[in-house]
Amino acid sequence: MSAIDAVFERCREEDRAAFIPFLMAGDPDLATCEQLIGALGAGGADLIELGVPFSDPIADGPVNQAAAARSLAAGTTLDGVFDLVARCRDRLGLPIVLFTYFNPIHARGIERFAEQAAASGVDGVLCVDLPPEEAAERFLPALLSRGLDPVFLLAPTSTKERIAKVAAASRGFVYYVSRTGVTGERSALAPTLLKEVKRVRKRLSLPLAVGFGISSPEQVEAVAGVADGVVVGSALVRLVEDDPKASDLAERVEEQVRQLSAPLRR
Amino acid sequence: MARGRNATGSAGTFGAYGGRYVPETLMAPLAELTAAYDKARRQRAFRRLLTDLLGDYAGRPTPLYRADRLSERLAGPGGGRGKRGGGVRIYLKREDLLHTGAHKINNAIGQALLAQKMGKERVIAETGAGQHGVATATAAALLGLSCTVYMGAEDTRRQRLNVERMRLLGAEVATVDAGSRTLKDAINEALRDWVTNVHTTHYILGSVLGPDPYPRMVRDFHRVIGDEARRQLKKAEGRYAPDLAIACVGGGSNALGLFTAFLGDRCRMIGVEAGGSGTALGQHAARFEGGTLGVLHGTRTLVLQDEEGQIAETHSVSAGLDYPAVGPEHVDLRDRGRVEYTSVNDREAIDAFHLLAETEGILPALESAHAIAEAVRHAPHMSSKMSILVNLSGRGDKDVESVLEYRDDSGNGSIRPPQGPAFHGLGRTHPRAASEEE
Repeated sequence: MSAIDAVFERCREEDRAAFIPFLMAGDPDLATCEQLIGALGAGGADLIELGVPFSDPIADGPVNQAAAARSLAAGTTLDGVFDLVARCRDRLGLPIVLFTYFNPIHARGIERFAEQAAASGVDGVLCVDLPPEEAAERFLPALLSRGLDPVFLLAPTSTKERIAKVAAASRGFVYYVSRTGVTGERSALAPTLLKEVKRVRKRLSLPLAVGFGISSPEQVEAVAGVADGVVVGSALVRLVEDDPKASDLAERVEEQVRQLSAPLRR
Repeated sequence: MARGRNATGSAGTFGAYGGRYVPETLMAPLAELTAAYDKARRQRAFRRLLTDLLGDYAGRPTPLYRADRLSERLAGPGGGRGKRGGGVRIYLKREDLLHTGAHKINNAIGQALLAQKMGKERVIAETGAGQHGVATATAAALLGLSCTVYMGAEDTRRQRLNVERMRLLGAEVATVDAGSRTLKDAINEALRDWVTNVHTTHYILGSVLGPDPYPRMVRDFHRVIGDEARRQLKKAEGRYAPDLAIACVGGGSNALGLFTAFLGDRCRMIGVEAGGSGTALGQHAARFEGGTLGVLHGTRTLVLQDEEGQIAETHSVSAGLDYPAVGPEHVDLRDRGRVEYTSVNDREAIDAFHLLAETEGILPALESAHAIAEAVRHAPHMSSKMSILVNLSGRGDKDVESVLEYRDDSGNGSIRPPQGPAFHGLGRTHPRAASEEE
């Protein structure tokens, strides 16, 4: 059983959804980010999603795009991200999933990427522009052979056939994109979301986490009613954007995580 | 044709390149688009409609023009023996005479028809030089589709005239301030829009780039360029293929439109990239010289990037060539030794612009000027029995400001006299290269 499996099993026993906060690795810089990751844990994270900064993040909205730009401007490299994971992973005791685009992995070499990710303590990898079809030949075997969980996406446009394909390729959990579109906060959930999540979840044996556009405790509560995990990203990243140098940034992030995850702990 | 599926089941690959590297949201829409396209291209009614519009509306067939004054100017020491002076005969395929002023209209009308057939009410596009944006805005107006065109802020500055043209055609021009504020960033934004509005919107991608089926679909819509040129050359020269065919390569759509028709012929083909202002990363867009394999905008191909896989910024005097990746089929054609790729720098392109203007009364697009500059390198070394075909992919009205700006920067815009051995050297030799240059 992977560390990710264990988290979802524990949450199931507690009859609640897992809270999965996202931060961009190296935003605003690696040292500050390390503190912020600590704050995620202190605030009540069950599993952490860590973005690998990329110059051309086509699936991200303005907030995460700006976070990647800040991180790259601060000199973050993939090695830096691995070091960060190595420093945080065991101290925190929470699994870490990398949220990345394929080109940085391709540039590193798939095998070497997988080896370094595993060595640094990464638990799973979600590569947003690598569908199972393109992952089958090299990416999947490289991850699986090193005990890393490949996490794939489903979207409102996914057909029955694609749900089956994604389910077969994924380990740990499957990530459902709450609406067609990019990452970012939305004032309201998509009207059909809860029904859609139920429909998709019925076809999966793996846990289903929902993300993209979830940013308030009310939205977390609604989604948690139908999903096994709730991902919140931009609402946290925005705290960094608003004041990257704030001396109490970690406290603010911790408080935000506490508020957002509160509905799961009642 | 794309070679269908490879052993791993990934779609639309050209050798080791291409594929479909996109977020899950786009996977089903891409499958839908592929099915719609594969069906449409087999339908006589669709092909007929497209042919009629390309003829009556867009102005096909475009002329094949024998540029004798240019040929004469470029005749080498052994030249001057041709029928009407000059050495090698240079032919220009006049895509610049198409409606909207560039080859881009071939693909824009084709995809807009397809969008209409798929029941989409809105189209979006990205544009660098503005030619694809203008073509898409035009096709959208023609077919009654609403249209948004994404354009980098740097490019809206360089191509002001085309921005206004798009607006007059009823399109919304969305300026992109992110990243390098050029074509790559416009594509990012167009993809984000498409992911968000995929139910109502078709993305008219403007080059042989992106996820399958775009690289082969865009190529197929442009193949008419080469097919026409073959027939026209047969009439003019008595044979279908030139000795040398040259086209500029940004994404590479006009080049594949030309080259595809000649792949089975005995002729040397050269694609010309933007050498920009220098050889350092960030100063050019020469993917075949400075690029490494990567994945950008849905396709696996040669990409200008750093060691970390971060996409590099690029530079070219020509907004249409200013892009860090190249169409995946070009990389396969290079591997197979069928097409050679080289680069021409900003200075040479500007010089070629002036040369064509002064000798033939034609202002070429700065993109096409790169292809002319490559002809300048070869013509002096070719005999009067030989022919060069250059794809004049677009007209240069849009670039007048850039050309004047460039002249201001450097003082002199006149062409350098063709040089001997210095112009021989291509990065890659072709099996037939020696005989061409005798």
